[in-house]
Amino acid sequence: MKTEKIISVQNLTKMFGDFTAVKNISFDVYKGEIFGFLGANGAGKTTAMKMLIGISKPTSGSSTVAGLDVATQTEKVKKSIGYMSQRFSLYDDLTIRENINFFGGIYGLSRDQIRQKSARLIESLGLQKESKKLVKSLPLGWKQKLAFSISLLHEPKIVFLDEPTGGVDPITRRQFWELIYAEADKGTTIFVTTHYMDEAEYCDRVSIMAEGEIEALDSPKKLKKQYNTNSMDGVFLKLARNVE
Amino acid sequence: MSISVHNLSKSYDKIKALDAISFEVNEGELFGLIGPDGAGKTTLFRILTTLLIADEGVAKVANMEVVKEYKRIRESVGYMPGRFSLYQDLTVLENLNFFATIFGTTVEENYELIKDIYIQIEPFKDRRAGKLSGGMKQKLALCCALIHKPKVLFLDEPTTGVDPVSRKEFWDMLKRLNKHGITILVSTPYMDEAALCDRIALIQHGKLLEVDSPQNIVDRHQKIIYNVSAENTYRLIQDLKRFPTQEAVYAFGEFIHYTDSKSSFSPEELRAYLLQNNHKNVDIHTAVTTIEDVFMDLASTFKSEAIEN
Repeated sequence: MKTEKIISVQNLTKMFGDFTAVKNISFDVYKGEIFGFLGANGAGKTTAMKMLIGISKPTSGSSTVAGLDVATQTEKVKKSIGYMSQRFSLYDDLTIRENINFFGGIYGLSRDQIRQKSARLIESLGLQKESKKLVKSLPLGWKQKLAFSISLLHEPKIVFLDEPTGGVDPITRRQFWELIYAEADKGTTIFVTTHYMDEAEYCDRVSIMAEGEIEALDSPKKLKKQYNTNSMDGVFLKLARNVE
Repeated sequence: MSISVHNLSKSYDKIKALDAISFEVNEGELFGLIGPDGAGKTTLFRILTTLLIADEGVAKVANMEVVKEYKRIRESVGYMPGRFSLYQDLTVLENLNFFATIFGTTVEENYELIKDIYIQIEPFKDRRAGKLSGGMKQKLALCCALIHKPKVLFLDEPTTGVDPVSRKEFWDMLKRLNKHGITILVSTPYMDEAALCDRIALIQHGKLLEVDSPQNIVDRHQKIIYNVSAENTYRLIQDLKRFPTQEAVYAFGEFIHYTDSKSSFSPEELRAYLLQNNHKNVDIHTAVTTIEDVFMDLASTFKSEAIEN
């Protein structure tokens, strides 16, 4: 059982004018956990995630990430987390190797470290032949696997993945999840959003947001039991009301 | 025949986006083009909607040839591209009126067709399209694509990035439109949506892997798939991949889908192997084959040659 808290969220709220995007949410994520953060479009997931990674200030409430207060130790938080999203992952006009060098530099790694990590990363993804190719020439699935590996270059304690597998082919999608599993197995905490309900099953625990609130939070097995359905799709359809 | 495609090919530089594909869509059919990003779906849509010319092959839409009769095709098809492409600075109603006008019709004339969808965005009719939420934009785009009562409707990945609840609503909407007699060609990367179509084509690397009804495709798949579960999923995947006669190991929701290469395979030998490797709560039983299983099986056969290109 995983018991060491790595993310702790207390009464987090975000308002835009008189619209409350995130309503007083509280939850913990444990070290080494694969935590699925689900919800309908517009439920408040992205807003909540932005507050956790320190790029949006909450209206009220607080959160600690990797033992750091996000409000007061924002820059330190950024150094101890990795982030990748579906939209922006890498620079299309740089080669694979250039992207690795660039992000390694941003994360403050030394030249030696970058050289070593870059070689290891390219080898583990089997991209030796492609390392001098522009990222834009890669299929989406490979780009996403590469982006994930790059988000781990500085050995963050937590990595936030925002819909990492959208549109990726089914085989590569599963390879991507094997990378996630392998990383979690090393003790890295994975915080992931997805619209694929089969992927929700791969998480240790899952939270489902609706209209800015966390409607449910438990392991997939317990959620299915609680909502008396045999799939996470069933749980989701029962909980995630359409806010539009 | 509503759409007929014969030996269609299209390349961009060295990349073959479409590789000699052929298929037909019957009138009134809800036909799904199922495949991941980069499979060639958008290229095919753009050729069929007369926005792009193929290198080789012939395509007809509503019995008209896409190159020679492109103007007439444009009058009789509706196209909703994957990327939102309405006028962001016009309001909902202005967009709708604009599209009705260029097609020489009025919103009133075809209101019956869009009513179902339009009433959901009507409260926002004076809002600029750019200020709508994702789901609302999608509904407006669909209304605009339908406003001239097209014979054939092309929807390029309408549900990508959309949550399961909204996806379900969108498909209910498509089913209702389909009842009006409109032929629909819809593409999606979500394999679970395949089951909602009358017939589907599975596409990857510009090639069609299969064309048939979802049920026939699944029925034709002869390989037995087993649902395997144990306490530690990650370790289970690794160990299953090391099993000498494994053919495919794919995570599949709460189970791992396991296929063996041997015809004499017995689940008991696999169970014994897993127990020997200290797996706890091992469960193995026959799984129901899905379109996603078939897709992965076919795609893995095609994959090696695709990478060489």
